[in-house]
Amino acid sequence: MTESRGEKIFYAVNYVVLSICALAALYPFLYVLFASISSPEAVVTGEVVFLPQDLTWDAYAAVFKEQAIWTGYANTVYYTVIGTLASMAFTICGAYALSKRRLLGRKLFNMLIAFTLIFQAGMIPTYLNFRSMDMLDTRLAIVLGFAITTFNVIILRTFFQEIPEEMEEAARMDGAGEASVLWRIVLPLSRAALATIALFYAVARWNGYLWAMILLKDPDKIPLQVLLNRLVVQMKPTDTMLADSAFTVGETIVYATIIVAVVPIVAVYPFIQKYFVKGVMIGSLKG
Amino acid sequence: MKRALSSLKRDKFLYALLVPFLLWYAVFMFKPMYGLQIAFLDYSVFKGIDGSPWAGLHHFELFLQSDYFIRVLRNTLLISLYSLLFAFPAPILLALLLNEVKNAVFKKSVQTLTYLPHFISIVVVCGIVTNFLSPSSGLVNLVMEKLGLEKIYFLAVPEYFRTIFVSMNIWKEAGFAAIIYIAALAGINPELYEAAVMDGASKWKRTLHITLPGILPTIMIMLILRIGDLLEVGYEAIILLYQPATYNAADVISTYVYREGILNGRHDMATAVGLFNSLVGLVLIIAANRLSKKYTGNGLW
Repeated sequence: MTESRGEKIFYAVNYVVLSICALAALYPFLYVLFASISSPEAVVTGEVVFLPQDLTWDAYAAVFKEQAIWTGYANTVYYTVIGTLASMAFTICGAYALSKRRLLGRKLFNMLIAFTLIFQAGMIPTYLNFRSMDMLDTRLAIVLGFAITTFNVIILRTFFQEIPEEMEEAARMDGAGEASVLWRIVLPLSRAALATIALFYAVARWNGYLWAMILLKDPDKIPLQVLLNRLVVQMKPTDTMLADSAFTVGETIVYATIIVAVVPIVAVYPFIQKYFVKGVMIGSLKG
Repeated sequence: MKRALSSLKRDKFLYALLVPFLLWYAVFMFKPMYGLQIAFLDYSVFKGIDGSPWAGLHHFELFLQSDYFIRVLRNTLLISLYSLLFAFPAPILLALLLNEVKNAVFKKSVQTLTYLPHFISIVVVCGIVTNFLSPSSGLVNLVMEKLGLEKIYFLAVPEYFRTIFVSMNIWKEAGFAAIIYIAALAGINPELYEAAVMDGASKWKRTLHITLPGILPTIMIMLILRIGDLLEVGYEAIILLYQPATYNAADVISTYVYREGILNGRHDMATAVGLFNSLVGLVLIIAANRLSKKYTGNGLW
């Protein structure tokens, strides 16, 4: 294919435009990283735009000294791990049962859960529901109350439906019970779909903020994101951070906190990215 | 009846799995829907739903007559409209540009980098925005100062709020939203392009007559879905970014519900406003689905 002069210019411009897009996506993170390892003076005077200046780890030292960060981190790990396990248990149960055509009332149940995709009670009735069950300020509310995402049930149900019934039949002939058909045949065959769904849940749990903020008051129970709102968005440092004014790291401590909070996601991101892309594709076909 | 019993007996394992699942929906999804009736009550948490007196449409009338109604409805619609105008085409454009890249490594790198913000929590993203725009030491103001411009406290100026909010959303989601269009572009039959080249069609003509029609159904479906979500404006981020100085431009229906219901404890009023929001949303989705079926042949249900 020969290219006209106009096309050549187009391709060149295209590479430039896309490079700018990629840089624009990356640069804010780079700046936060640079600012977090520079001296506060360099940041305040605007010397840190393309490279860190006066390298120092003081801001990180201050962040790691802060007990609340550790507590928030531990809570986030707890909500992510326990929450994802709970989510997977409920989702597998529902998706497997609803994937069977012979199930009585299947149509009705499918309609009921699909209805929640287009209509939900909303914030206040949901809040009052937790309140009426004495679940305010409990970890259980976060772990159990938000266990199921209907969209994920539908993705998994679709996947289960595509497993040939004969494979399950064959296992039954060999004397496998219903539970072991699910555990030994269906689940191992669905490893890729299960990984995708688990990652959807885990990332949502890790990043979850609004309901944790609404439902949790006890500082020992709040996840990292709620703490981040205070430290990074409202920019209200904790007492220990203020007491440490000898450090004079006020300006950069916020940036170090951001880095500490995003490192786990950025670290796993290259590995989980493809599952998300896959999930979006399945979702778009069936959604 | 007999059939039901034998089915229960045969598939007791399936029903055992189904029970906790349906119980969850009953307790955490449908029970709150029963609670929606407090929108029509003079509700007090101490008296509960059964003890609170009936108030009819009082809260709805109060809301519709208040100054807040115009403000939050206007802001919701304006933010939605700006998103539709600017945030909706962004991923399409990105996908079209990526589609023209022949170097696979470059393409993959750009994709990977532009997806990244999608995975970062909204709190961190708003934290970055707040800090970048901070009047004292924010990057944007530092650069503006170096260029000899006045410093501006962007997040305290109502006129800037919607622009900041929509730009932030484009930055966070455009890359990831492009996936669906990239997939649609990959599905276009390459023979069409070959035939067009034979006929001497230029790059631009090929884009206009093959590429765009090829992804038009996808664009239509996404557009219709977007219209169904017109009242969903990402209020989590608004709660993080707005402040009393910018309420006039930033306060949307859902943030109003949050402040009235959770912060001010006016549960009945806030539920009424939330219900109003949900019902309009429901009508929009049903209308969008109709449209979708009419023009694309398939809908959500």
